[in-house]
Amino acid sequence: MIPEIGHFALILALCLAIAQAVFPLAGSLNNTPSWVALARPLAWGQALFLGIAIGALTYSFLVNDFSVSYVAYNSNTRLPIVYKISAVWGAHEGSLLLWAFFLGAWGAAIAIFSRHLAREVVGRVLAVMGMINIGFLLFMLITSNPFERMFPIPAEGRDLNPLLQDPGLALHPPTLYLGYVGFSVAFGFAIAALIGGRLDASWARWSRPWTTVAWVWLTLGITIGSWWAYYELGWGGWWFWDPVENASFMPWLAGTALMHSLAVTEKRGAFRSWTVMLALLAFSLSLLGTFLVRSGVLTSVHAFAADPARGLFILIFLLVVVGGSLALYAWRAPTIFGGGRFDLISRESFLLGNNLLLTVLTFLILFGTLAPLIYDAMNWGKISVGFPWFNRMFLMVTPFLAILLGFGPLMHWKRTDGAALMRKLRIAAIVSIVIGLIGFWPAISNGSLLVPLGLFLAAWLVTSLVVSIRDRLKHKRGLGGFLSDFGSSGGRSYYGMVLGHLGVAMFILGATMVSNHGIEKDVRMAPGESAEISGYRFVFDGVTRTPGPNFIANRGKFRVFRGDDEITILEPEKRTYLVQQMPMTEAAIDWGLTRDLYVSLGEDLGGGDWSMRLYYKPFVRWIWLGGLFMAFGGILAVTDPRYRSLKRKKKQEAPAGAAAPASLATENN
Amino acid sequence: MSSRTRYLIPLFVFLIMAGFLLKGLFMDPKFIPSVLIDKPAPEFDLPLLDKPDQTLAKADLKGKVWMLNVWASWCVACRAEHQVLNKLARMNVVDIYGLNYKDKRGDALNWLRNLGNPYVATIVDSSGRTGIDFGVYGVPESFIIDAEGVIRYKHTGPVNYEDIQAKILPVLNELKGATK
Repeated sequence: MIPEIGHFALILALCLAIAQAVFPLAGSLNNTPSWVALARPLAWGQALFLGIAIGALTYSFLVNDFSVSYVAYNSNTRLPIVYKISAVWGAHEGSLLLWAFFLGAWGAAIAIFSRHLAREVVGRVLAVMGMINIGFLLFMLITSNPFERMFPIPAEGRDLNPLLQDPGLALHPPTLYLGYVGFSVAFGFAIAALIGGRLDASWARWSRPWTTVAWVWLTLGITIGSWWAYYELGWGGWWFWDPVENASFMPWLAGTALMHSLAVTEKRGAFRSWTVMLALLAFSLSLLGTFLVRSGVLTSVHAFAADPARGLFILIFLLVVVGGSLALYAWRAPTIFGGGRFDLISRESFLLGNNLLLTVLTFLILFGTLAPLIYDAMNWGKISVGFPWFNRMFLMVTPFLAILLGFGPLMHWKRTDGAALMRKLRIAAIVSIVIGLIGFWPAISNGSLLVPLGLFLAAWLVTSLVVSIRDRLKHKRGLGGFLSDFGSSGGRSYYGMVLGHLGVAMFILGATMVSNHGIEKDVRMAPGESAEISGYRFVFDGVTRTPGPNFIANRGKFRVFRGDDEITILEPEKRTYLVQQMPMTEAAIDWGLTRDLYVSLGEDLGGGDWSMRLYYKPFVRWIWLGGLFMAFGGILAVTDPRYRSLKRKKKQEAPAGAAAPASLATENN
Repeated sequence: MSSRTRYLIPLFVFLIMAGFLLKGLFMDPKFIPSVLIDKPAPEFDLPLLDKPDQTLAKADLKGKVWMLNVWASWCVACRAEHQVLNKLARMNVVDIYGLNYKDKRGDALNWLRNLGNPYVATIVDSSGRTGIDFGVYGVPESFIIDAEGVIRYKHTGPVNYEDIQAKILPVLNELKGATK
């Protein structure tokens, strides 16, 4: 009964989505306010029914209702409750439901937080989101219904894929999806602007917090995913340039460019058609990711069960959404062209430079991801674009990005005095070059030019931020001055930017160190033997069998010594999950800010001997700490009081980019 | 280029990409070469099909060029491939080892009795774990591994006579040249 309610709720959500796609948009075009006014209640209704649907599926998991085939394939009576809940989005059908639910939730959030927006703008944004959800709900109901029953009813479920039975992977998909789906808001705003033909500073101001929130979720999702891969896959890597990872990284890059471009559009009214393009791009790339994961056109470790029928559906959907929006762009964007003028040495031009670099990187990754497909389709032969190619491309673009990034915060809008800028940054440049030069010292460089480069870039980012903060607090003294600045309108945006950029520096440092100084060793060890890496001695005390709730583990024990001091005990496991009979490695990690020690058990070689991998990973945590800093910076920026006092401010200041006079916010609200 | 046509560029780029994606739906992505090429083959130590109390490990094969063929009795394409492998085995150019993937022992033994046994030995991967380590996407797949235990070639899908001439022999010749 409950699954049928869920199924029915999905159908109702589809009906509401159709109404939401049609009436508010039509009403905004033929001036029928009562139709436009439907947008908010419809968005509410959709979130409600999708909530009921996801609740029904969760309930089916909790009561082990194996008559629902999705539950039977992805759960088991012995599965711990947490993973019964995370199993809701553990496979194709349920993760689609989560997508649709988040889309509904974002719609409801807009309905709540858009009191200051003109009704027809809200109506159009929600109409676009309704259209997107029509696609997802149809897709689910036609090809991938999570509520489908099966008969005969199995007595026991097949259990959740053991790889997914992990807190990291319980969290990774929802955060990532919140990010993907969140870009649909910026997309909706962009489409609304293209339809309305009005694209000005207040448009950018409305889009900004939504874009930043989506970007924060995506940042967290990618960070968690990378962290999970590191400790769960058992070989210590943190990024693989897998097509599906790229599918999340591309919208992140486009979203990063969009956030910065929106700042320029808001403050200076410039880059308008460019900003709109990025908003379309960020969401289109999110959709493309969905296509790549679920259609099976590329091989990937993450792929869901490939099914050409599903692939074809998503492709048609992609054509309608992306093709339609780009056609609308081609038609309408020429009329919204224009914006403030600026000099070559100005914050605008540096942000534009950064945006271009981010976009170039996005397209390089897009090309690398699709190249095997393109080559194959053109009969140019089979190629595999691997790790080295992506690394090379990434390293070609990012140093320039980091250098520009150091200048950006110190630049003024419109025009900057180049000589004054150089004076301000002189010491920062000298300090970072010296640090870079120290990096050439063999013990530090470890024979790689990337170490001095990485150290230089990280130092440059940090020192230029210090200069920027000093510059900002020039007339304020002490902690009190800082706190008053922090609390001021625009203060948190600024310090959010500082944290975000600091996160980039931390990422660069972590990635540089772990890539060039990491040590890994494959060894065969008998109980009592020891192995040494980087001054740490690992003493192997043998393996014991330990039962878990739904698995049996072989648990190894290592005592780790530095000199004569025992610093920790590591207990990596090799688990066999009972239902799927799938062995899993659980690495044991002693983590620290300057290094991780990482042990993963390999194979039982007989007679108590085991093969194992020992890793020394310097500064690897900084990679994810950097991600967290970026996300936290984003959160700080969104909570800036200036977004809360929009109404007041709107009356005080004329839109900075005065080219388009009327603001989106009209008297209607 | 007029300023209006400029705005059509993104649409065109997207449509071209969509064309490739459409074609991609009807191609088999499994034929993309493995990322494991030129990487050490994963470690394994698995029981033999005909003598389950004995095992064969990767280390046992060190020092010679060998071919790993992943097969299963439930796999239709393997049946077509099997005659080709029998012929390859008779050519005495490489030792072929079978990896019996997620199969039943009785079925697998029956298969070899009925269709001939091209393998020097067949190891049993009933859980599919070693297959996953090798990045096996579908069955059959074949790998050529050199004396250092490094994967040098991967073939996805059934090997046919043409593949032997065009792909497998050249790889083997190259590897033999390298060891001399």
